[in-house]
Amino acid sequence: MSDVIIGTGKGTAVGAPQPDPNTPRVNYLNVSHTLSSWLLTKDHKRIAMLYLFSISIFFAVGGAAAGMVRAELMFPRGSLLQSEGYNRMFTAHGVIMIFFFLLVAIPAVFGNFLIPLMIGARDLAFPRLNLLSWYLYMIAGTLGVTAMLFGGVDVGWTFYTPLSSMYSNGQVTIAILAAFLAGFSSIATAVNFIATIHKMRAPGMTWDKLPLYVWGHYATSVIIILGTPVVAMTLLLVVLERTFGIGFFSPELGGDPVLFQHMFWFYSHPAVYIMILPGFSVISEIIACFSRKKIFGYHFVAYSSMAIAGLGFLVWGHHMYVSSQSMYQGTVFSLLSFLVAIPSAVKVFNWCATMYKGSVWLASPMIYAISFLGLFVIGGLTGMYLAAMATDVHLTATYFIVAHFHYVMVGGTVTAFMGALHFWWPKMTGKMYPENIARYNALIVFIGFNLTFLPQFVAGYLGMPRRYHYYPAEYQPWMILSTTGSTVLGFGMIVPVFYLLWSLKKGKDAGPNPWGAKGLEWETESPPDPHNFHHIPVVTAPVYDYDAEAEERELQGEN
Amino acid sequence: MGNSWLTFQPEKASSFAGQVDALFYVITALTIFFTAAVGITILILVNKYKRGKKADRSNPVHDHQLIEAIWTFTPLVMALAIFVWSTNMYIHMRTMPKHSYEAYVIGKQWMWHIQHPNGIRENNELTVPAGQPVKLTMISQDVIHAFYVPAFRSQYHVVPGRYTSMWFTPTKPGSYHIFCNMLCGTQHSEMVGKVNVLSPKDFAAWLDKSGNRFTETPKTLAQAGEQLFNDMRCGTCHGVENTERGPSLHNLLGSTRVFTNGATQVADEDYLRESMIDPFARITKGYSNTMPVYVYKKQINEEQIRNIIEYIKSLGTTKPASSQPAPAGLR
Repeated sequence: MSDVIIGTGKGTAVGAPQPDPNTPRVNYLNVSHTLSSWLLTKDHKRIAMLYLFSISIFFAVGGAAAGMVRAELMFPRGSLLQSEGYNRMFTAHGVIMIFFFLLVAIPAVFGNFLIPLMIGARDLAFPRLNLLSWYLYMIAGTLGVTAMLFGGVDVGWTFYTPLSSMYSNGQVTIAILAAFLAGFSSIATAVNFIATIHKMRAPGMTWDKLPLYVWGHYATSVIIILGTPVVAMTLLLVVLERTFGIGFFSPELGGDPVLFQHMFWFYSHPAVYIMILPGFSVISEIIACFSRKKIFGYHFVAYSSMAIAGLGFLVWGHHMYVSSQSMYQGTVFSLLSFLVAIPSAVKVFNWCATMYKGSVWLASPMIYAISFLGLFVIGGLTGMYLAAMATDVHLTATYFIVAHFHYVMVGGTVTAFMGALHFWWPKMTGKMYPENIARYNALIVFIGFNLTFLPQFVAGYLGMPRRYHYYPAEYQPWMILSTTGSTVLGFGMIVPVFYLLWSLKKGKDAGPNPWGAKGLEWETESPPDPHNFHHIPVVTAPVYDYDAEAEERELQGEN
Repeated sequence: MGNSWLTFQPEKASSFAGQVDALFYVITALTIFFTAAVGITILILVNKYKRGKKADRSNPVHDHQLIEAIWTFTPLVMALAIFVWSTNMYIHMRTMPKHSYEAYVIGKQWMWHIQHPNGIRENNELTVPAGQPVKLTMISQDVIHAFYVPAFRSQYHVVPGRYTSMWFTPTKPGSYHIFCNMLCGTQHSEMVGKVNVLSPKDFAAWLDKSGNRFTETPKTLAQAGEQLFNDMRCGTCHGVENTERGPSLHNLLGSTRVFTNGATQVADEDYLRESMIDPFARITKGYSNTMPVYVYKKQINEEQIRNIIEYIKSLGTTKPASSQPAPAGLR
């Protein structure tokens, strides 16, 4: 361990005052215990913990809604819910999971916590804005969940007009305002990240030395800032049409319903990359650490994120091959959709190659990272069926597409989120969780996930439409398999709640760097001090400065 | 099929089905191959370079331009091949055939209403002949629906405010699902029906026999349109010749219209429909805004609009000046 990133020290923070060993060290968690110290905090780490807490609750609500949907689909004519209730349930699942979990989870929790630590800063550029973004998120989330669970919204998370603007009786307006506010929260976070990454890097932390994690969040922030205002405007237009009868999308009022789809997908396709790029960036960190190798093709991985951010804005029409868009437009969108898949493929190959001549440690975060690779490959490749217009005509809006985006969003983003949670939990809390339980649980999640969503590919190919409450009996076997899998998956999602909470009380102390990882965040204490670093570090070592060979020599020499 | 407990393959009942399935299986083969390749590579690497296991870890590689180029361009070439194959097929699927049996579909919450040219109507059932291209011209009366027949591998949105079309050639007599595949409100999942594909002989018999359902002699769509046209006194202004008050509707379809603002357009069905429900949107040069507005859904519905269009069609059509008819997908 001769290579250190900070010029003068390692493991423990440089120049830390050495207080009485009997009094616990002051860290960001124990610095104050009052409620107001949490609710008015401007510390990026505390805000990250606020987000972790609130996001977990929304995830649980969205998961419960999914559970209801899956239970209902066990039978061709399920009887737990009426059709209206069923439509509300899958809408609640989609809206909560997308707007209040997937779009927010990794950036707001781990981005907030780690970006300043990784670049050697004391906080984000705009701490008050950061706190404001959490409040906006909480108002949005509370409003959205209340509207959906107590009033009911039955138009799907896509809010297609004129159903949403003219025909639906639910609380569409409130749900839309909630999504609108959540968008502002995202924009505030993204502005903060971009300013921080540009202006607050420690001396010596050049763009070439940025962890890929930071690169990924940078690309994500760019998409958020460019895309979110468009969907915000679009949703407001729906509210104007719905509330005041000003015609934009309804043909009865002289509008064009397909215009909504163009405007909606102009944001909502890039939004897929807002959800997955932070996942990519987590995987880069985990694979580098647990392979003890610099990520293979660092620059390709970094720039492919930027390529995805750019190309991602030009493929929205692939959601509209059967929606009366001209076939020549469709052709252009199809070509670009095939192109945007390439940078993602390049990333996967680079991650695999990183393990070559590495020292692969199958700790729980690495198991999540490997299952991410497997699931994301399936998610990405099944995208080909849908980028190709001829097969998309048959498969669009069936269970095939449901399976495809769950492979990307759950197999990708949620798996990455779980990986991040297990990787940085010791840093965030200072405690270790029971590693063996975590590893087996990661396998349970992997198996449960595949059992849930593989059958849906078949059901979709057989022609089963999504968003169907009642369905022909011939699809039932696949629905039963899927519901069985979702039970396993749900179990795998609940177990970590218990062992992570247990670790807070009973877990072993993690120490500053339990994984032997490189990166400035591991040069701080666990949990970090309120101001992260005693002295702003000076970065001299290259990024991911691992040496698998030397480490193995040391390891095998010991035995 | 259909009898076994687990089915892996949807029924094939149109000329598209085999083509789409071939592409589907090739992409499936690629998906399985690459998933397996990545999976096996990971397993080999994890096993070989497991922490604490002796292995050659000297001279690790962190960058390799050639390898990056290979794994960028290999999937690119593969993707482009799929793109070309699929796009050709899609353009074929979206180019309406010159000669086909035509039926008209109206989607509304939550049913399918079908009109046949000879006046037969069906609800949630569409009866078509096998072995002949069938073209559907579709419109919605309320929200967006999607007309989806999995056994035909064919689907298209049914949109309010504009006509969309799709076609297929059924190959196998039988009865197949119609699903509405665009969330359309509470009873979305009950907006289902059946396509009944009959042999040409049975279909001819069906066309005759189904007339018996009506107490009076069934009118063709055009005849029904003519009656409506007379009942609503459209002929007062729209006669055989242009009058001061309104242009003639004879040979209107396909002719190039010049509007008061100088813009021009070839009159298609969407234009005729707009002129009925919103006549002042574009006024033909030489006329003023005198026509009563048959406000959408209030005075005439989509079914009646269809009848009048068929009547106007029967008054003769003009071949568009450009000899190449625009493909139906180009709008």
